Amino acid sequence: MKHLAFLTLATIATPAYAQPATAPQAAPTNEPVGTDQSPGSAEPPPIAHDHPADRYFDPKAMAAAMAATMAPAPRYTQVRLDLAEVQFRNGQNGYRWEGEAWTGDLNRFIFRSKGEGTTAQHLDSAELQGIYSRALDPWWNVQAGIRQDIRPTPARSYATIGIEGMAPYKFDVLIAAFVSDKGHLTGRIEASVDERITQHWVLQPRMEFDVAAQDRPDQGLGHGLDNAEISLRLRYEITRQFAPYIGLSYSLATGKTADYLRAAGQSPQQRSIVLGIRSWL
Amino acid sequence: MKLAPFDRRTLLRAGGLAAGASATGWAMPGWAHRLAQGQPAPETLSGESITLRIGKGSLLIDGKAAKAVTINGTVPGPLLRLKQGQNLKLTVINDLDEETSLHWHGLLVPFQMDGVPGISFPGIPPHTSFTYEFPVTQSGTYWYHSHSGLQELLGQYAPIIIDPAGPDINAAPRDHVVMLSDHSFIHPAKILRNLKVDPGHYNHQQQTLGGLLAGKDQPLGQRLAWAKMRMDPTDMADVTGAVLSYLINGHGPADNWTGLFTPGERVRLRFINAAAMTLFNIRIPGLTLSVVAADGQDVQSVAVDEFQIAPGETYDVIITPTQDRAYTIAAETMDRSGMARATLAPRAGMIASVPALRERPLLTMRDMGMDMGGMSMKGMKMRDGTLAPQVKLGPGVEMINPMPIDRTGEPGLGLANVGHKVLTYRDLVALAPNPDTSAPAREIEVHLTGNMDRYMWSMDGKTMSEAHAPLPMRSGERVRITLINDTMMAHPIHLHGHIVELVTGHGDHAPRKHTVNVLPGGKVSFDMTAIPGDWPFHCHLFLHMAMGMMRIVQVRPA
Repeated sequence: MKHLAFLTLATIATPAYAQPATAPQAAPTNEPVGTDQSPGSAEPPPIAHDHPADRYFDPKAMAAAMAATMAPAPRYTQVRLDLAEVQFRNGQNGYRWEGEAWTGDLNRFIFRSKGEGTTAQHLDSAELQGIYSRALDPWWNVQAGIRQDIRPTPARSYATIGIEGMAPYKFDVLIAAFVSDKGHLTGRIEASVDERITQHWVLQPRMEFDVAAQDRPDQGLGHGLDNAEISLRLRYEITRQFAPYIGLSYSLATGKTADYLRAAGQSPQQRSIVLGIRSWL
Repeated sequence: MKLAPFDRRTLLRAGGLAAGASATGWAMPGWAHRLAQGQPAPETLSGESITLRIGKGSLLIDGKAAKAVTINGTVPGPLLRLKQGQNLKLTVINDLDEETSLHWHGLLVPFQMDGVPGISFPGIPPHTSFTYEFPVTQSGTYWYHSHSGLQELLGQYAPIIIDPAGPDINAAPRDHVVMLSDHSFIHPAKILRNLKVDPGHYNHQQQTLGGLLAGKDQPLGQRLAWAKMRMDPTDMADVTGAVLSYLINGHGPADNWTGLFTPGERVRLRFINAAAMTLFNIRIPGLTLSVVAADGQDVQSVAVDEFQIAPGETYDVIITPTQDRAYTIAAETMDRSGMARATLAPRAGMIASVPALRERPLLTMRDMGMDMGGMSMKGMKMRDGTLAPQVKLGPGVEMINPMPIDRTGEPGLGLANVGHKVLTYRDLVALAPNPDTSAPAREIEVHLTGNMDRYMWSMDGKTMSEAHAPLPMRSGERVRITLINDTMMAHPIHLHGHIVELVTGHGDHAPRKHTVNVLPGGKVSFDMTAIPGDWPFHCHLFLHMAMGMMRIVQVRPA
């Protein structure tokens, strides 16, 4: 019945439609039939470059509709504050932020900012980055751009290159190298991982290491491992987009940087209880 | 015309359930029956000349209004009740401020009537109309929906029933459409954007440390192994009950769409999955389901307790409730994050208990094509390009299935150990011999590829716009297509304009389908006879299609 119907359509629409009229019947017992048969090795036909719908509709309208269908994926945008916190510690309390805004998809333009300060002395460090990011593989992106420090002074400009992405065990990792306008070479490694305790509570261990190839006494920074920081934050995701957190942070300046700090009457170690908000739009 | 639905709603409110009680005609689908409160009842339209208006509207889900794109003012739109052999002239008037289209899902129409903008026709610009004309050659249960933008996700879909020219072997005194869908109170474009910037955004059933301590889900060793691979065993649905409401015939679970039956009579249920992003597990506790048709094509009756239905698929099921009691149609989502629910009852107002959501399943190594039956998996690579030379190994390809498994004998994700009979593709056997039983002249492998962490979906590692090349075929050519799933998600792949034969060991009685679900880690083959034209071939998870998991099958005269 259906087969007949097919043929009806064929006569109306396209004569070429007709199917091979293989009358299905009892096949010899051992011979595979229908879909049990193996495929042959015929060559595919060449790709045609005509548009059959143009025979029925305005080719210009078809071309425009096809262009819309074939349009590459749109750009997306996100503004994200990973850290926005107050740091409570012995002596002077502080504050800290770290976040980015990006637009694109596989290729992104990223605007990054991070910094910290003490409530008494205002801003200790603050930097802005403009980064172009390009997807390398399913997990990693290669990034290059510029960084402008506002603090410490004298403020420096840098060129930067790095990679950012998800490492095995789902660690978010950023590794970047910077060359300043004075020729100073520095590097930074950041890593964090989200451990879900419940669907709403998330524990995030985080670490950051800053290294430098030269002393920069005018900025109070030494060479080697300048600064190491390990922290643990527990956030409550009221929504996936808005989560207050509480945490502990320990940072340690070493080598020359520690000496500069001591000379300035500051401790190279800092232990803080942090309170903040993680959010994105 | 536009006011008619509103009038009906007013009537319904005034008359309570009277409207439903009066409409119990023989062989009339439950469509027009309106036993639940809510929006205006969709119409049933028949004949050779039909007009459909696409407009903006709203849909009441459990009493709360959601924005919608409607057909003749309703979600779902009007049921088209057609007769095999008739001609059909359908005028579609676009009242939207954007382009629209209607695609006749599963119908064999001339390609220029297939309704896909840019491929079969130019689309229907705002405030214009388009007339589709084609002969109705098939019979069975089908559906139609928008193929423009994200309109399908907003409610632009409706069922089609085509009665056979001859006697209907599955005719039943009671005949209900059960159209499943998912709908959100936020715009689907925002859902897509949230997935792009935060891929696990709607997965609220992740494994937790709390669960580990309570002895739930994977043990520590497995968790570490999966984390090392950067894989998540709970990632089986991108969009979940966290943001979707699940509907039956446009009704939320509390609205409780109800279909009537008289105890002892045969009831035909026409399940259609019009959901954009949801696979459902269907049960009617207390009743055996006799599956008699799949994708509108008759199959030898097979009795099951449950079946999984992927977006785009349809199943006709016969039940025979003998007791004077209500039964629940429970349509649990595959990831167990929600449920669509309806009731079958002898009288309006009756309800039956609703089964609780079962525990959400976890993906396993088998879903990665890494089930070695105890053999060592050492040396097995997750992304070995030599296994799939045609796949472009870019950022959009998270893995290459190392050993694709034929899973057509399995019941679908999460249903392996539910303690009762669940339908598998292998259970389906065509009632009549296949119309074309010739051997395929060649085989085409198509890899279904993706990267959940970047929310990218493609075929052979390229989106449709990146590939910009069709799959060429000769008219009348018999081709075997083997779909290999290189992702951890199920993908229901739909080929327009063709009914294909699944390669599941049933020879010339292969089940015939238009939408083929490929389980993670799995592969499925089908044989097709190419029909001239340009035909879309895509994942029917609409956001996957929107991201580029699509190709054009190009059929030209031999």
